[in-house]
Amino acid sequence: MVDDIEEDLNPQSDWYGPGELCELRLYVAGETPRSVAALNNLKKICEEHLKGRYRIEVIDLLANPQLARGDQILAIPTLVRKLPAPVRRIIGDLSQTERVLVGLDLRQPS
Amino acid sequence: MGEAFQAEGALDRQPQYQNLSPLPKSRTGIKGFDDITGGGLPTGRPALVCGAAGCGKTLFASEFLVRGATEFDEPGLFVAFEETPEELTQNVRSLGFDLATLEEQGVMLVEHIHIERNEIAEAGEYDLEGLFIRLGLAIDTVGAKRIVLDTLETLFGGLEDHALLRTELRRLFRWLKDRGMTAIITAERGDGTLTRHGLEEYVSDCVILLDHRMVDQVATRRLRVVKYRGTSHGTNEYPFLIGDDGIEVLPITSAGLTYEVSQERISTGVPGLDEMLGGKGLYRGSTTLISGTAGTGKSSLSAHFVKSACERGETCLYFAFEEAPAQIVRNMRTIGVDLAPCVSSGKLQFYASRPTVYGLEMHLATMYRAIRQTDPQVVVLDPISNFMSVGAAAEVKSLLTRLIDFLKDRGITVLFTNLTSGGGGLELTDVGISSLVDTWILLRELEANGERNRAVYVLKSRGMPHSNQVREFLLTPKGIDLIDVNVGPDGVLIGSARAAQAERERTAAQSRLREVERRRASLERKRRLLEAEIERLRLDFESEQAELERVLAEAAADDADLFSAWRDLARNRQEGSSRRATGNPEKG
Repeated sequence: MVDDIEEDLNPQSDWYGPGELCELRLYVAGETPRSVAALNNLKKICEEHLKGRYRIEVIDLLANPQLARGDQILAIPTLVRKLPAPVRRIIGDLSQTERVLVGLDLRQPS
Repeated sequence: MGEAFQAEGALDRQPQYQNLSPLPKSRTGIKGFDDITGGGLPTGRPALVCGAAGCGKTLFASEFLVRGATEFDEPGLFVAFEETPEELTQNVRSLGFDLATLEEQGVMLVEHIHIERNEIAEAGEYDLEGLFIRLGLAIDTVGAKRIVLDTLETLFGGLEDHALLRTELRRLFRWLKDRGMTAIITAERGDGTLTRHGLEEYVSDCVILLDHRMVDQVATRRLRVVKYRGTSHGTNEYPFLIGDDGIEVLPITSAGLTYEVSQERISTGVPGLDEMLGGKGLYRGSTTLISGTAGTGKSSLSAHFVKSACERGETCLYFAFEEAPAQIVRNMRTIGVDLAPCVSSGKLQFYASRPTVYGLEMHLATMYRAIRQTDPQVVVLDPISNFMSVGAAAEVKSLLTRLIDFLKDRGITVLFTNLTSGGGGLELTDVGISSLVDTWILLRELEANGERNRAVYVLKSRGMPHSNQVREFLLTPKGIDLIDVNVGPDGVLIGSARAAQAERERTAAQSRLREVERRRASLERKRRLLEAEIERLRLDFESEQAELERVLAEAAADDADLFSAWRDLARNRQEGSSRRATGNPEKG
C-alpha cells in the first residue's frame, strides 16, 4: 500500500523557504489503528501548517520490508522528513501535535 | 507434615528429570567453550553475553556466527547496533575472519541498525515492529539459524520510552525463540548488575560473563558461565585468549590424581646426578624441582636435561622467563652444551616471555596452548619463581598445580627451576610447591675459605632409592661434573679446600708408598742376609757332616781290622786248645 497524497503548492507559507516542498514519508506496518491514526494526524497537521506544499508517501513495510533498511526504521509508525534537509525522524502515532511541529521545524521548541 | 510430604515428593520427582533428553545445544566452535558448557549454547534460545567495554563480547559473538556459517552449516545474521558493517568486518579480520567473503557466499549477513536520539523525536505511541520486520527479512535472506544482537542496549539510549522498549524486548526474545534462532545478545556490564539495563531479566536461559581485569597492572581475560538453565556447566572463571585464529577458552581444571604412571626412567643428562637418583635418573612423566640461589647452575642443569632429551629424539619445550633463547644457547655453549642443533632440528622449542607481560591465568593459558601445539615429551620452566612478581603465592601454587596435573595427564616429564632467595631456609621454596613435585634437587652454594662452591643434593625423590650425599657440582667447559665431596675429620671440604686436601692426601699416599718400598727393600735385604747365613751354616754343617762321616768310616775300617785281627787270634787259640783237649778261648 503506497499512497501518494499531493497537494497544490502554496507559495505564501511562512515556515519554509519560498517554493520549498516538504517531502514526507510515513512508514507503517499494515493497517493498524495506530497507523491509521498516524496518517490522519499527519494530514491534519500538514493541512494546517503546510497547505499545498507537502507530499506524503505512505510505505507499508509488510508489503515492502526491504524499504525499512534505507531509512533505518525501527519504530512503527515512523515519519521521515526527506526534504527539506536535514532528514528528520518522528516516531509514534503523531498524536502529540506540538512534538510533531517541533520535529518538522515548524515550531521552535518551547 | 504437609511440608515434609511435599519435600519428599520433590525428591521423588528428581529422577524423572534425569530421564529427560538433554537440552539440545549448538556448538559455537569457540575452542574450549563447548567443553565448558558441554556442547555450546542452547539451540533455539537466546544467550546473554555480557561484560565491560573491551572485554571481547563482539569478537565472541562474531566467532559464534562465523564458526556456525563455516563449520556447522548454520548461516548467521549479525545485527550491529553500534558498528557499521565496514567497521565490524575490519575488526574481526584480526581474528582471521573474512566477513565480506562470507557475505558474498550468502551464509552471513551484517545488518546495521542505526539509532540516534538526536535524530528522532517521539510524538505518540509506537512499537518496534520495524525492527522485527527488518530482522525477519534479514533472517530469511540468508536462512539464518544463528543471530547476534550487538548490542540491544543502544536502543535504551535511542528511545525515550523505556517501559515500551522493555515490552518490545520481551516480545523480541519470544519472537526469536519462536523462530528457533540460536541467539547471542550482548550487553554491557552495569554497576553491580550483569547488564546496565537489566537484560538478564529477559534472557534467562544462558548468561555468559566476560571479564577483562587488571590485576597488578596486568590484564587477564576471563569467561564465566553465570547461568545455564537446564544443564550442568563449569562454574569457574576460565581465562581466554584472543589470538590470531579466534578466541580460545581454556578449560583449566585440575585433572585430578588419575593419571597413568610410567616405570620408564630417563637420564637427567648428568651421569653423576643419575647415579644419585637410584642410578637410573628420573621417572618419565615425573615432576622435578631444581631450586637454588642465584648462580648455582639451575639453568645449566636444565640445559643438560634438555640436551639429553633431544639426543634421545624427544621434543622439548623450554619456557624461558628470564633469558632470551639466543642467550641461553650462547651461555650453555660455554659449558659444553650446544643446544643450537636441537633448536635447528626443531627438537627444542623455546617459548620466552617476561612473566609481567601477562597475568598468571594468561600465562597458564598460553603455556597450555604451546604444549598442545608442540606436544613435547619434556617441558622445562625456567624459573617459576618469576611468577611471584605477577601473582600471590596461593595463585602461583594454583597455577602450578593445574599445570602439573595437565602435564602429568599427558605423561610429560617436567623440570621446574626455582630461584630461592639467599639467607632464608633453602628447603623453603618461595612458591611452596615442594609437595607437588616428585623429585627435588637442591643446588646450593657453600661458602668457605674465601670462596663459593656449588653443591648438589637430592632432597627427595619419590619412588627410588636416592643418594643422601652432598656432591660437589662443577661447571666445566665439558659440562657439569659431580664429584664426591671430601668428608674428612675437618668436616666437609669442597672447592680449593677439597683440592688441597686431595693434594695432601696424594702426598701422604706417596710417602706411604715410599715407606713401604723402603721397608720392603730392607726386608729383602734382611732376607737375603738370612739366606746367606743359612747357606753358610748349611755349608758348615755339610763340611762337619762330611768330616764326621770320614771319621766314622775310618773308625769302621779300624774296627774291621781289629775284628779280623781278633778273629785270627781266636782261631789261633782254638787251634792251640784243641791240641790240649779243652781250653777257654776267652782266657786265651
